[in-house]
Amino acid sequence: MSAQIEIMLIASIVAVACTLPGVFLVLRRMAMMSDAISHTVLLGIVIAFFITKSLTSPLLLVGAALMGVITVSLVELLNRTRLVREDAAIGLVFPAIFSVAVILISRFAGDVHLDTDAVLLGELAFAPFNRFKLFGLDFGPEALYTTGGILALNLIFVIVFYKELKLATFDPALAAALGFLPTVIHYALMTLVSLTAVGSFDAVGSVLVVAFMIAPPAAAYLLTDRLSRMLVYSALIGVFSAVSGYWLAYFLDASIAGSMATMTGASFLISYLFAPERGLLAQARRRQNQRIEFALTMLTMHIANHTAAQEAEIENEVVHLNEHLKWTPQFAMEVVGIAERNDLVTQRNGVLTLTESGLRRASQEFNN
Amino acid sequence: MAVNAIDVTDLTIAYKDKPVLWDVDMEVPSGTLMAIVGPNGAGKTTMIKSILGLIKPAAGQVLVYGKPYAEQRHLVGYVPQRGSVDWDFPTSVLDVVMMGRYGALGWLKRPGASERVAALDALDKVGMKSFAERQISQLSGGQQQRVFLARALVQDAQLYFMDEPFQGVDATTERAIVTLLQELRSAGKTVVVVHHDLQTVPEYFDWVTMLNVRRIACGPVSEVFTDNNLRKAYGGKVAFLSAENGKH
Repeated sequence: MSAQIEIMLIASIVAVACTLPGVFLVLRRMAMMSDAISHTVLLGIVIAFFITKSLTSPLLLVGAALMGVITVSLVELLNRTRLVREDAAIGLVFPAIFSVAVILISRFAGDVHLDTDAVLLGELAFAPFNRFKLFGLDFGPEALYTTGGILALNLIFVIVFYKELKLATFDPALAAALGFLPTVIHYALMTLVSLTAVGSFDAVGSVLVVAFMIAPPAAAYLLTDRLSRMLVYSALIGVFSAVSGYWLAYFLDASIAGSMATMTGASFLISYLFAPERGLLAQARRRQNQRIEFALTMLTMHIANHTAAQEAEIENEVVHLNEHLKWTPQFAMEVVGIAERNDLVTQRNGVLTLTESGLRRASQEFNN
Repeated sequence: MAVNAIDVTDLTIAYKDKPVLWDVDMEVPSGTLMAIVGPNGAGKTTMIKSILGLIKPAAGQVLVYGKPYAEQRHLVGYVPQRGSVDWDFPTSVLDVVMMGRYGALGWLKRPGASERVAALDALDKVGMKSFAERQISQLSGGQQQRVFLARALVQDAQLYFMDEPFQGVDATTERAIVTLLQELRSAGKTVVVVHHDLQTVPEYFDWVTMLNVRRIACGPVSEVFTDNNLRKAYGGKVAFLSAENGKH
């Protein structure tokens, strides 16, 4: 495998691993928690490192997972006092824990491979240099196995507990009443977010972890209204961002993690603008259609109201519509044009009369 | 003597040092349709939630058909307040109704064809079958409530708790829900409803619990839904009711 493919593969695995718990974070309105956790796990790693004196010990993962759960608990504790709102509570807890970790590293671990730049931005470009070797054979980059393990863990968790996760996220009260322990599910999910963050950020950095956890699910949320599809679309968008981000970095000769994060943002923007039902353009089109539909109904009713009387001649003249319906002349012309094309009205000498279908539309509106 | 559907004894619940329910007793015989009424902050929702084990009591005991709730889960259906969930959640009407079967399925087992049939059946009963594949965010308030009701129906419970099922629904839906609740009672089920509209209590329900942190009264509507008790529960704010309840 070439280094290029290895980098894209690792990033894609991380992307999918992150989007799985990310979907549930977004649906639980806890997106910012991923930001907090992906930083605070550092303290867990640092403390575990001081205990084990090793950067490869699995205790590092345990420490990180514990710290993630502690972060969530502290935020909830602060929030429950009702003196601090949840967003502020996150903003209080996460810098405090993260900065303790930064101080510890700079003071006591200056000579170890544990630097804060690597935490934030990762070292994706160097990932292929760290090989997993057994019996003198090269089994590919190490990061492939750590991230692959995390992906497998997340995938199993989401597939096995899909029903429970869905219920606990949608209706925690019913979940509790049915005995599905939503609090346990909640903390299991948070542990998973912590493990994902720590397993991934060595490869891609915490900024990209947050980007992968939030942006693809947020984009997928606009594209579908089924949870299962949202999970699949998020994963696909994550992989797309990883691969396209790699090539963006290649052509710009820029940071790989930064480019990939940019592509997650770009993916979201595309979905935000062009999502078929909920995108900005679809909404604008729908509003425009509603405006025209409403105007057509108003026009037919206006004409129907004034057919019998002699005033018809004056009232129903195209040039007078702007006075009576408070339309701009331009808009009046547009609406009349559409009404004629839809066979609702006919025009003779600048005076409008309703066709049969126009009459039907006006009377339908009266009967409503 | 038949065992009561619910036996609440000396139930006390407090948030910090503020009592929400204070030394409350409540007995609900099986086969009744009961309203829980009381002013805002009287502890009506808290009462339901503590029976369902969602809130830990500071003191007191709750029995459901003579046993703790945890042993009787399968007998109990629950309809939370409509506003308590996110209706923009990416799922369909049918899927939400099927959630009512999750309790019977237990951990890990997936809903299948029989759950689907049960859910469609329940949707039919509440007049929402044609909405099965709809995204839930497209529903009106009354339709949301019907979906929640259908979800409770598929639980196939003996005892139902409903938190303000009439809130923000139109008159047609209210009638439909009442008819359904009365059908449930006729089928021998017990239904407990947190209710707000005092005027309709005598018409809809046969049993009533009046709360205001303490229990004011609990019994058949014809006996305990009196001006005197209403005044105790609501203070002096229900004078307008005496015309409707002039029989005492």
